[in-house]
Amino acid sequence: MTRIYDEERLGVLLRILRPAPVGWVRAAQELPAAHRTLDEIVARAEADLAFRNALLADLETALAAEGYEPHRRVLDEIRERLTD
Amino acid sequence: MSKAAGLTDAELVRLCRAGDPDGWNELVERFSRYVYAIAVRGFRLGDEEAEDVFQDVFTRVYTRLDTLRDDSAVRPWIAQLTRRRCLDVLASRGRETAVEEEVLTHEETADLGEVEEAFAVREALAGLSDTCQDILDRFFARDQSYKTIADELEIPPGTIASRIARCLGRLKDALGPET
Repeated sequence: MTRIYDEERLGVLLRILRPAPVGWVRAAQELPAAHRTLDEIVARAEADLAFRNALLADLETALAAEGYEPHRRVLDEIRERLTD
Repeated sequence: MSKAAGLTDAELVRLCRAGDPDGWNELVERFSRYVYAIAVRGFRLGDEEAEDVFQDVFTRVYTRLDTLRDDSAVRPWIAQLTRRRCLDVLASRGRETAVEEEVLTHEETADLGEVEEAFAVREALAGLSDTCQDILDRFFARDQSYKTIADELEIPPGTIASRIARCLGRLKDALGPET
């Protein structure tokens, strides 16, 4: 079937791909930095038993005490990797 | 516009694998509307669920980019990741017990087809002048009024309608007949 795109149809299709919220896009763009933080924290936990125990006891407090403020998703990943 | 914006999908994937931050920013920019549209329009997810899907999809893309066999197939791969995550959300809601695409209603399937068609139109749009891209995007995708467009682009408001019509004509020519 061959159809010709008319202006109305083009308008409908152009309206479909609206911009995602700016904050979502920014958070996704910051993933590489978030993962570098994650790797750094996990590496420290592997090398430092006291730090690891503190993380396992209260992850958010232990990270805040060390100056880390990771995103919720990074916190979930750290939990997952620490318990692996 | 970054230099990565002019790259093909395959080139962009290679740049991301090399750890280039501009490459990753462009990849997110290039596919963010697509992922958002699949979640919100195709699967009719609310903001909170759509945001979870959106972030999960880009996290998976970032952490699994090395597993992509064909770099030029990044878009269908992202689409598949997004659809799967959306189906997981629907299943977790208890709306459906099965998590296969067969559970989608006819309407949802049609909407997903339209998202694909919209992406093809957007790719054609990328071949037009920056001015045309900007005006059509502002008017249709961002719902900006003639006045806002005129003010922000510093062009006479009376010329906006004719510019939109002219740019739509160019877009139509760029697309050719729809098959």
